[in-house]
Amino acid sequence: MDCYLFIDFGSTYTKVTLVDIDKEEIVATDKAYTTVQTDVTIGLNNALDRLFTKVKDDVRIVKKLACSSAAGGLKIIAIGLVPELTAEAAKRAALGAGARVIKTYSHNLNNSEVLEIKNSDVDMILLAGGTDGGNSECIMHNAEMLAKHEIDVPVVVAGNKSCADNIVEIFQDKVEYYITENVMPNLKSINVEPARETIRSIFMRQIVNANGMENVEKSISGILMPTPASVLKAAETLSLGTKDEDGIGDLAIVDIGGATTDIHSIGEGAPSRAGVYLRGLEEPLAKRTVEGDLGMRYSSLSVYEAAGSKVLKKYLDIEEYDLEYEFTKRHEHTSFIAETDKDIRFDEAMAKVCADISMKRHAGVVEEIYSPLGTILSQTGKDLMELPYVIGTGGVIVNSKNPQAILEATTFTMDDPTSLKPRKPEFLIDKEYVLSAMGLLSMVDKSMAVRMLKKYIVKCGGNTNGIKE
Amino acid sequence: MEKKTVVLGVIGSDVHAVGNTILDYSLTNAGFNVVNIGVLSSQEDFINAAIETNADAIWVSSLYGHGEIDCRGMRENCEEAGLKDILLYVGGNIVVGKQDWDVVHKTFKDMGFDRVYPPGTSVEEGINDMKKDLGIA
Repeated sequence: MDCYLFIDFGSTYTKVTLVDIDKEEIVATDKAYTTVQTDVTIGLNNALDRLFTKVKDDVRIVKKLACSSAAGGLKIIAIGLVPELTAEAAKRAALGAGARVIKTYSHNLNNSEVLEIKNSDVDMILLAGGTDGGNSECIMHNAEMLAKHEIDVPVVVAGNKSCADNIVEIFQDKVEYYITENVMPNLKSINVEPARETIRSIFMRQIVNANGMENVEKSISGILMPTPASVLKAAETLSLGTKDEDGIGDLAIVDIGGATTDIHSIGEGAPSRAGVYLRGLEEPLAKRTVEGDLGMRYSSLSVYEAAGSKVLKKYLDIEEYDLEYEFTKRHEHTSFIAETDKDIRFDEAMAKVCADISMKRHAGVVEEIYSPLGTILSQTGKDLMELPYVIGTGGVIVNSKNPQAILEATTFTMDDPTSLKPRKPEFLIDKEYVLSAMGLLSMVDKSMAVRMLKKYIVKCGGNTNGIKE
Repeated sequence: MEKKTVVLGVIGSDVHAVGNTILDYSLTNAGFNVVNIGVLSSQEDFINAAIETNADAIWVSSLYGHGEIDCRGMRENCEEAGLKDILLYVGGNIVVGKQDWDVVHKTFKDMGFDRVYPPGTSVEEGINDMKKDLGIA
């Protein structure tokens, strides 16, 4: 049979997924430890060996595609002018490209800031500043500073188009640069797609080569994108569909990992009630936020810090536990697996805290303003109140006996009356971990990706069909 | 000649959108590049917009009588943000009730506004003044 092979180089596991092209189903999946210190092909071959022991039929692999978040993923520094405007737009573009945004800088950079950038182990810099025809001094100053300090990572320039030529002159022969469209061409309207695409193509060409992955390129058709970008792509594909295949409409994905919690939302997020004024920067249709302080293991101590016993109490009988001990245990033993009933309850409560806080930060807020004309409602960010679907992925949700309870923590409650969290969404799960693979598939055959996503993303408590374990 | 950029908006907890739309239309027709930040805008919104768009002037509207409170410190904030010579215009019903216009005018001039307009001013007057102030008349 003809198959596609999808590979996901994660920080811990290399996951492989074999898809039957004719039947549009998953033949088998497997995983092995990622071997980034030596040569990632070792881990890949281990995973493939295991995979093919399960497959009886003759397999002809038509295409091998991969995404990667190994070796810390794609690390980006975003630079803009005003913190709430171009710097924020640049940060959103980088997040949407699947990057980890190490730091965001704004206004004219000084020497110590550029030294900080130079000494960081960042993979790429996204340089923005000014609307088209607007401010050009700042981005030119910052370009000159980067050139002066001989920054040796690629710089994606996505600022005021009017000074693109000057920046080419500044960077010529000194800095590797890529000019793309402005992330904020007009005030408050954002244009993140071209910057995302540029980042993705640079990632594909060279970033992966830097991190012990030199040999992979030869054996596969290419590493297309960072894993989070692939998940966002899958979310977009499932939501919007194609011209032949209907999508399911607006949705959000909650991905609770060991170090971070990601939320991806697809939807305009326009106000769900009348008479609400919108404020702030325009929201991207496909939006990703990453909470670096919310995760089940590496970030467990910061979860405690972010939640405090007040939020924790909502989900856990805190009298039963020595909280400090439990969080520290998970932080120090990142491979800890909850087996006792008590530990499982604690892990699930932590997951609920991550889901709760990350959705609160992702969703917009509506504020009441008391004016001489009466009460006015003003909205910042996306309104997700009427969002129809929330999809869960990541080990703690997928392996839970009651994933719905974890996902319910993402919904609106009177504890945060100004938050625009989803009110009554339907809960779905990525039971077979197909999201990143389907993001890759959508680069090859989008309609097939829509059909397979509809098949493998199931209702909480529902069964999949067609899977051969 | 390059188009001059004007940041336009209604300051404070004020949602009067009609006049703002008329100003947007008239300024655009007069050949300006208008950056309209809309209603419910804070001083910070005006200033951030002016920085990113490299604006030449800021036109502040206030229709609900609280303009004096909302505009206080705006010139200082502009200077702090590096907008050194930006033109600041204000107009509308900028104070409560019927007060002596000379006093109101002086108050806003002292606050650092270049031009201060009473209710009922025609749009053309403001546009002509700005052309003069920008040296493009």
